[in-house]
Amino acid sequence: MATLELNNIVKEFGDTQVIKGVDLEVKDREFVVFVGPSGCGKSTLLRMIAGLESASSGDIKVDGQRINEVGPAERGLAMVFQSYALYPHMTVEDNMGFSLRLAGVPKAERRQKVLEAARILQLENLLDRKPKALSGGQRQRVAIGRAIVRNPSIFLFDEPLSNLDAALRVQMRIELARLHDELDATMIYVTHDQIEAMTMADKIVVLQGGVVEQVGSPMELYHHPRNRFVAGFIGSPKMNFTEVEVLDANAEGVSVRLPGGSECRVPVDGGDCRPGDTLTLGIRPEHLTLDDQGPLSGKIVVIERLGGVTSLYLDADGDEWILVADGDVSHRVHDAVRFGFEPGRAHLFAEDGLALASLERHPLVNVERKENRASTSGDDH
Amino acid sequence: MNQTLSKKLVLTLLAWFIALVVFFPIFWMILTSFKTEGEAVATPPSLFFDPTLAGYHEVMARADYVKFALNSVIVSVGSTLLALLVAIPAAYSMAFLPTPRTRGTLLWMLSTKMLPPVGVLMPIYLIFRDLGLLDSLTGLTIVYMLMNLPIVVWMLYTFFKDVPRDILEAGRMDGAGTLQEVLYLLMPLTLPGIASTGLLSVILSWNEAFWSLNLTTSDAAPLTAFIASFSSPEGLFWAKLSAASTMAIAPILILGWMTQKQMVRGLTFGAVK
Amino acid sequence: MRDRASGRTVGGMRTLFLQAPAVSMLLLWMLVPLGMTLWFSFQRYNLLNPMISGFAGLDNYTYLLTDPALWTAMGNTLLLVGWVLAITVVGGTLLAVLFQQEFFGRGIARLLVIAPFFVMPTVSALIWKNMMMHPVNGVLAWLFNLFGFHAVDWFSSLPLTSIVIIVSWEWLPFALLILLTAIQSLDDDQVEAARMDGAGPIAIFWFITLPHLKRAISVVIMIEMIFLLTIFAEIFVTTSGGPGLASTNLAYLIYIRALLDFDVGGASAGGVIAIILANIVAIFLVRTVAKNLET
Repeated sequence: MATLELNNIVKEFGDTQVIKGVDLEVKDREFVVFVGPSGCGKSTLLRMIAGLESASSGDIKVDGQRINEVGPAERGLAMVFQSYALYPHMTVEDNMGFSLRLAGVPKAERRQKVLEAARILQLENLLDRKPKALSGGQRQRVAIGRAIVRNPSIFLFDEPLSNLDAALRVQMRIELARLHDELDATMIYVTHDQIEAMTMADKIVVLQGGVVEQVGSPMELYHHPRNRFVAGFIGSPKMNFTEVEVLDANAEGVSVRLPGGSECRVPVDGGDCRPGDTLTLGIRPEHLTLDDQGPLSGKIVVIERLGGVTSLYLDADGDEWILVADGDVSHRVHDAVRFGFEPGRAHLFAEDGLALASLERHPLVNVERKENRASTSGDDH
Repeated sequence: MNQTLSKKLVLTLLAWFIALVVFFPIFWMILTSFKTEGEAVATPPSLFFDPTLAGYHEVMARADYVKFALNSVIVSVGSTLLALLVAIPAAYSMAFLPTPRTRGTLLWMLSTKMLPPVGVLMPIYLIFRDLGLLDSLTGLTIVYMLMNLPIVVWMLYTFFKDVPRDILEAGRMDGAGTLQEVLYLLMPLTLPGIASTGLLSVILSWNEAFWSLNLTTSDAAPLTAFIASFSSPEGLFWAKLSAASTMAIAPILILGWMTQKQMVRGLTFGAVK
Repeated sequence: MRDRASGRTVGGMRTLFLQAPAVSMLLLWMLVPLGMTLWFSFQRYNLLNPMISGFAGLDNYTYLLTDPALWTAMGNTLLLVGWVLAITVVGGTLLAVLFQQEFFGRGIARLLVIAPFFVMPTVSALIWKNMMMHPVNGVLAWLFNLFGFHAVDWFSSLPLTSIVIIVSWEWLPFALLILLTAIQSLDDDQVEAARMDGAGPIAIFWFITLPHLKRAISVVIMIEMIFLLTIFAEIFVTTSGGPGLASTNLAYLIYIRALLDFDVGGASAGGVIAIILANIVAIFLVRTVAKNLET
């Protein structure tokens, strides 16, 4: 069992509060991703879990035990650093076996454990090399191997893919997902790349300014973002936002006036909304469709053709819209187009940034990525 | 293409010309050491001659040359070892256990190196006289140790700081305590830096020519003082003097050539790297 | 200040303990002699005349400051430092640019050109005195005669110039080494961008290379100043400050007063002046280094 619990963690550096009260729960064998913009505190949080920084207040518990005072090595965790932090003067084999050597494990047993980890990561024929003779991807695997050898209860990854080139990154993403499946271990992963978060996580923790904005599965965050920040952070290209005026609110949803004049009823819980209030409408580029009768219009400023999809950057009287359309669309720059969307795909955000709750939840939100072999699953929230 | 080739040629010739001119005096001295005394003072100066090792033999046969050479070795190496002994813990604490005072301490150490030796010539001389340290190897070693200590601490500090923080953190995650961290990670990674620091200290001590001239006379004189004693020209001994000088400067020349890069770091207190 | 969850002490006691030997030794080394120099400078104390003693107030200083010997020495010091600085910095910069280029045998040429810095000052002085500048047997004498000029008796007629030549020869490699290291950190991209903008080699040198070297040049100047203020061995071995006081600098004057005249009071007063001069330069150097420090 390897569960993690963070209770009201606060971290101060001098006078600044970097982490402002974080509560979190990580279940056994979950792959949890901490994601957020630079400076949001995700790496600090990870380092506190690792024991490399101390928490100013709050509890960190692993398997129910409070470990705030326990040193990094005794916590039974292993960390893969962003820069890999391999020992430059030791061979790959020595790098991976270092922790065992410090623990006094005899040579034969050390070698065997190192070989096991090397096999999983396909490093067998690199064991005698020194780090400087390895490529970036190989070094990264050695760093992971070093962690595996320790047989930790939780793996910690600090932006491991950010030093790799784009193609390698995609490849390693898949390998890490495969690794998670094979090792069946709890993993906590920090990144600023929301694509990594979306593709690998069982659960995503979105952080900003030292505060948790939302915790949920990738689909939950995508379809039901809790506030404007999460809505704009998750998803690429970024969600479109525009200001709209409330016309009325009833049990079917909230009716708003779109730019250009037309009306639209979005199926969300209006709550205290009054006619005349200003809300923000959010709609993802992939949910906009080109429609000659559509309520919105604009002029194409930039076209990005990727072959399978085409991104259209539109200008509508000063408002910027991004629309992702099928790859075979034949429009050109400077063309005027009309477009629209399905109301059920739209989001409404109040003045404080909070989203108005959807009346219907998306069917994929509660589907787990794989059969969780642990006893209970059920609602995460 | 032709233009670049001729430019290259001019460049090469110019650089080599300057290099040879600058090196010439040293070259001439080395050459003279292989001449006989008569040839050494011949005019016009001779470039081609029958080389002989007579000069070297005679110099090395002098018991006191060997003594002076040994003095240089003892004082240089001794002061370096002492300096390293004291400097390594200090630099370690400054690099890895910094306090708000650390920066001030480092800069203050730097400032002590800028004290002109001549400013304290009188008191040091009198103190040494009263403590019986005049003309003693101990006295000179202590002075050199203190003179080089700031540079040694500084260089070691910069080398320690160069060790990436994550490697040490990874060591802590792997379970290394302080002693193991120092033994298995720090030492192997900083040994080259410690070595070049030591070499720089040896070079500076070996070539030091103020205290060695003023605090020693016959017993503890290192090579600097010995060579200085021949300052009045007497004509018929240049070949031997050249031989003695060549032997005196050869080791340091080689050491200096080997440690060029690190010297820059040490001599500029890290301001130029 | 970094925190450690494992409970190890940060800074504090441990740091103090580890630094104690180095700091206390340097403290002693600095305070005791400095204190004594200061004390002696206010005393009437001459080792050759132990009968005379007592507080001298500012007598030593007044005597010194009205002594024309001091001003000659200061003037010589200024000339010496100024000329050597000019030669080594300008020469060092130009040579650094030259040696930055690729050419055949660059590695060896570089070794040859930095060699003088590693030769001990007494040997340097003797090489120049006996082999180069000797009016009868020296190489320069032979060269001059070759071109039909009279040989110059360097140390008699141009004593200070001779010292300048010797010291410049010794320190040019130092400047070259430092500036070459600094030049090597210049981005190739910058130079290429300048070339695309139409800059010729002189423009590149003036607008790109020189500004880049500003920091290093100032460091070289400051360090050289500190060491050049107290040139000693070269004078000791060649001219002994002469003829007369023509090649005596402040350091040598203090030496004469201290160990030849045994005038403790006077020498100490001179020492204080030397320390003050050095400190002025030191302040600037410490500030530059401090800026570079990222503790």
